[in-house]
Amino acid sequence: MALPNKPKGERKAVRDPEVEEREVDVLIVGGGMAACGSAFEIKKWADNESVLLVDKAALERSGAVAQGLSAINTYLGDNTPDDYVRMVRNDLMGIVREDLIFDLGCHVDDSVHLFEEWGLPVWKKSPEGKNLDGKKGLKQGTLKSGAQPVRTGKWQIMINGESYKRIVAEAAKKALGEDNILERVFIVELLLDKNRDNQISGAVGFSVRENKVYIIKAKTMMVACGGAVNIYQPRSVGEGKGRAWYPVWNSGSTYTLCMKVGAELSMMENRFTPARFKDGYGPVGAWFLLFKAKALNGLGEAYVNSEAAQKELENYAPYGKAAITPTCLRNHLMLFEMKEGRGPIIMDTVTALAELGKSLDKKELKHLESEAWEDFLDMTCGQANLWCATNTEPEKKNSEIMPTEPYLLGSHSGCCGFWVSGPDYDWVPDAFKIKADNGKIYNRMTTVNGLFSSGDGVGCSGHKFSSGSHAEGRMAAKQMVRYAKDHSDFTPELPLGKDEIVDMVYKPVRTYMDNYEYTTAEDINPNYIKPEGMMYRLMKATHEYGAGTATFYETTNKNLEIVMDMLEVMREDCEMLAAGDLHELMRAWEIYHRIWTVESHLRHIQFRKETRYPGFYYQADYPNQDDENWFCFSNSKYDPKEQKWDVFKRDYIQIIPSA
Amino acid sequence: MPSFVITEKCDGCKGGEKTACEYICPNDLMVLEPNTMKAYNQEPDQCWECFSCVKICPTQAIEVRGYSDFVPLGSSIYPMLGTEDVMWTCKFRNGQVKRFKFPIRTTPEGDANAYEDLKGKDLESDLLATEEADGYQVPKPQATA
Repeated sequence: MALPNKPKGERKAVRDPEVEEREVDVLIVGGGMAACGSAFEIKKWADNESVLLVDKAALERSGAVAQGLSAINTYLGDNTPDDYVRMVRNDLMGIVREDLIFDLGCHVDDSVHLFEEWGLPVWKKSPEGKNLDGKKGLKQGTLKSGAQPVRTGKWQIMINGESYKRIVAEAAKKALGEDNILERVFIVELLLDKNRDNQISGAVGFSVRENKVYIIKAKTMMVACGGAVNIYQPRSVGEGKGRAWYPVWNSGSTYTLCMKVGAELSMMENRFTPARFKDGYGPVGAWFLLFKAKALNGLGEAYVNSEAAQKELENYAPYGKAAITPTCLRNHLMLFEMKEGRGPIIMDTVTALAELGKSLDKKELKHLESEAWEDFLDMTCGQANLWCATNTEPEKKNSEIMPTEPYLLGSHSGCCGFWVSGPDYDWVPDAFKIKADNGKIYNRMTTVNGLFSSGDGVGCSGHKFSSGSHAEGRMAAKQMVRYAKDHSDFTPELPLGKDEIVDMVYKPVRTYMDNYEYTTAEDINPNYIKPEGMMYRLMKATHEYGAGTATFYETTNKNLEIVMDMLEVMREDCEMLAAGDLHELMRAWEIYHRIWTVESHLRHIQFRKETRYPGFYYQADYPNQDDENWFCFSNSKYDPKEQKWDVFKRDYIQIIPSA
Repeated sequence: MPSFVITEKCDGCKGGEKTACEYICPNDLMVLEPNTMKAYNQEPDQCWECFSCVKICPTQAIEVRGYSDFVPLGSSIYPMLGTEDVMWTCKFRNGQVKRFKFPIRTTPEGDANAYEDLKGKDLESDLLATEEADGYQVPKPQATA
């Protein structure tokens, strides 16, 4: 490095940024599927209400669907919302909000029908029962008009989804209007109202393109910026740590932003450690469901069918004995093989394709090969390259599968997030309805008045996936307009002045500027810590103590005690985060969001004295499920005034009877 | 598998309104170096290999090299994004080449129907605007526990 020491990035930060203040009725924070759903829906209900959407990236390719998807995992079609609830409940080991899941199941198909209308190619079944891709299948008509999708399981349908997000974003932009969208602005803190108790009043953030702080007042807002990734040490720690299964830019902002203003969290102990193709993290769903491949242990045994495995599943009845084994238990069985010295776990692609090939002609076989590759190329391109680099042709060579590092999310096979209001139907228990200040119920509102979430942000209701997140964003949009109209007399007032906000948002820049010249190398300085260093510190702590891959996802009371202490110190040290350029300022705030998010995750694990999700994590001091004491939601709430946490139980209430 | 920019092919999108890769990268990794007017990936270990920059680059200057910590050298995959299809060229380490073409969109770009003129009627119902227009009835649970 050449002296003099100087900031590295291309967009240098300045001490005193420009400030732009805005005031809108409705603010949408995020740009993924949920936020695009809101953007599409909201103007259809708003009259004079103003709306602004703020995205950290560019709407065209932001969020979890940026790369595309090869399937839509939630499309009900001929299934009932009742059965949808039963499936989600079983996968998440019994403790879910059935009102939220049923409600989502009522609306998700409408979003899928829109995607197809907008131009998303959806595979269809021919009258002869053959699979047609989204272009050839056009002749069969649309799903809405009754055409049959290609199902891989009961709930999933196949698509040609490379441009899924671009298509959804296009409709969102047109519906909301480009003038109502701010891209490349990262919201870092929310603010409560100065006068009204427990009422949201605004959000603050900064541009990652120019030195500008945004102060945005709003009567109501939705925060939906995905889950949390790179919070545990990934299995690949070099360049490969970018190859997270979930999008690496999901920094827990959804959770941190809302929890810090007092929104109640639920089931934050739940996490997701999906078993995927090793290192490339390519999807396995199509391999299991469409190609009927089996997972083998290192001895070549289809271990899932073994007597020992079936016995193990019985320990977790009724979930373990259901038609579809819960995701965590599938991991549990895999980990059991690995720990017993019967690893690694292999996806037997060779046998699966050979079996399928028996009934296919040459052309059909070629098409099958193409389908196998598309599954990766549509959503995990890097896995395709890994196959190329290792000369892996799936019909000739098997591939290893492996459970990943932990992720936090509420839309996939996980259910952490906020405790939100259910819909105001008579069949929904009162305990699931959150009354706003005016006594009304607003579906998907958190416990903070005017603050909504959806997608990964809404807890206790996994298996929404891309389509469900979009639909949920639309549901929240309508409720936000209703909230804004019902609160037309409310003028939000921020509790902090302009200068205080700028001081807070740009603190890492000032810390950097005040100190960087003290040493000859800008990354090493006793007066500050760079976000990258803090990221490694977080990952190491969670990896070793917080049930990361280092311990096969196991933790104990004592380990949790240690890591909670470490996190407290990390939060203190975050006061000394330093950023020399705008990209680094984004990283500084992201790591801060990640630390808060992880802390709430581990606080919940500490609280729940059982192992509810074997395969996702193990609390070794309480290795079994304890229905008697823990068949309930665990919720937590941060009191922003007292700066104290409260963790408590809420009753599980069954709504949908067993089949 | 971080993206990289081929020096000779990158013209910094001089002729365009915006630097395409910088505009699109979901993780703010692609930046333009103002002196050479060429783009580069500023944080390769935060690259999700989403190929957004590769697909959008007007001069095909961006490719991807497998993550050094687990991908052997010698392979490549490259997409050509059209208006209706994407064509992938997958080169194996052993020299084998496979090509795949998949549909990406069934309507012309810009034609997504955003229902801009649709106005919802009943704000107190739980129907989404298109559901209301279709006369959809929200189901109730068949039975409750």
